[in-house]
Amino acid sequence: MHIEIEELAKEFGPTTALHPVSLSIPSGALVSLLGPSGSGKTTLLRILGGLEFPTSGRVLFDGEDATGLSVQERRAGFVFQHYALFRHMTVFENIAYGLRARPRRTRPTSAEIGRRVNKLLSMIQLPDIGRRYPTQLSGGQRQPFGALDARVRKELRGGLREIHDATGLTTVFVTHDQDEAMELADMVVVMSMGRIEQIGTPQDIRARPATRFVREFVAA
Amino acid sequence: MADFAASTPAGAAPAGYRFRTATTEPTWVRWTLIGSVVAVLSVLLFAPLVAVFAEALTRGFAAAVGSLANRDAQAAIRLTLMVAAIAVPLNAVFGIAAAWAIAKFDFRGKAFLITLIDLPFSVSPVVAGLCIVLLFGANSALGAWLMANGLQVVFAAPGIVLATMFVTFPFVARELIPIMQEQGRAEEEAALTLGASGLRTFLTVTLPNIRWALLYGLLLCNARAMGEFGAVAVVSGKIRGQTNTMPLMIEMLYNEYLSVAAFTMATLLALLGLVTLMLKSALEWRFSDQLAASHRH
Repeated sequence: MHIEIEELAKEFGPTTALHPVSLSIPSGALVSLLGPSGSGKTTLLRILGGLEFPTSGRVLFDGEDATGLSVQERRAGFVFQHYALFRHMTVFENIAYGLRARPRRTRPTSAEIGRRVNKLLSMIQLPDIGRRYPTQLSGGQRQPFGALDARVRKELRGGLREIHDATGLTTVFVTHDQDEAMELADMVVVMSMGRIEQIGTPQDIRARPATRFVREFVAA
Repeated sequence: MADFAASTPAGAAPAGYRFRTATTEPTWVRWTLIGSVVAVLSVLLFAPLVAVFAEALTRGFAAAVGSLANRDAQAAIRLTLMVAAIAVPLNAVFGIAAAWAIAKFDFRGKAFLITLIDLPFSVSPVVAGLCIVLLFGANSALGAWLMANGLQVVFAAPGIVLATMFVTFPFVARELIPIMQEQGRAEEEAALTLGASGLRTFLTVTLPNIRWALLYGLLLCNARAMGEFGAVAVVSGKIRGQTNTMPLMIEMLYNEYLSVAAFTMATLLALLGLVTLMLKSALEWRFSDQLAASHRH
């Protein structure tokens, strides 16, 4: 799905989280929004996901205006930085939630849901944790990646890339870790103070930083 | 930043040294603290309860039970249970709605709403009762209109329900607001992005996450609803067999020197409270695995 962002801006009361930004994300791309905290990257992602609505500007999904669509209508997958697992459900139930939430017409049978959840669990090589609750998992088992040791992080990044390539989805992720952004993404969007500083391939941004901020941020 | 600890070989520990965790206190401190808590609990909570039970049974079990067979006594028990059965569910709904709005949304006047929820705790129940009499009594326009349409509020069950709801309003909301604020909106947002509707999100994510706090709030609310005296005394009119609740009946019997009847009714009221507490313990025991998993209660 091709995503077009046109002059999107967001204000929270007197503070401007996002100055008008424009961005075009080609279908099937793996895009990283990179910037320090407070740069507006999470606000932008939340607007794309439908969790926040812009003060002005538009979002187009495959050329159609999606700005006013509710979060459910967008059918955009969203991975939260602080994992946001349902703490009162087992891992199995957490994964099954999206399928169970579907309207009856399109909801798979219970057996089919079980099959698909177990397939996913074995895909992430944690087939035995289905019956545990989120608090019974180690920090590393809970999250896509975060404060993990370098080797596990690298493996998980590889895994994300594989899932992305296998599904053909358009993926946007937020990070303040430039290594993560550079290694994983086809396209990096560097943000600062609610503005886009530079858009380009990782090589581009390394070789030709457009602003002083980008140069300093990627050198850090 | 590195945590480190110097380790001594286990065998090198000096004689008489026992391994203990950093948070353990010396034995005498522990026993002094535990002893004083038990002493205070015995004098303040346990002894009065036993005294009430004992007083009820001074003329034997049959006399005590016999005093409850009285028609007025039974009417009082029925009225108290009915008032609690109406007031508690309604307060649960309002409490959940208020806590949900306060914890999950930002809006103007939120601080005012929180203050308003606390109002019943800071206003004397007698004043609350008087407010209801002023607002719904025969001398007010609203009261007169309601009366003309066949609904008597003051000196009748509706007034008692209103007074009870006013006094017990904060219990559910106060229990829920901090836990809902702490849990934040992330899980609800996750459910919505997975395609769940607002109602489904509430039923499968919000409600299960607050169920223990909700249960606790309900129990407190119920105990207070059955036990409320001041506000109900003002609005009830104390008509025997009609608008007398258990607490009012107890006072009345006591003033008439019918001590067995008074203390038997008091025992029953206390037992109703104890039953709700036991219910809570039973549920906690039954669902201990989920409790441990959610790390909260």
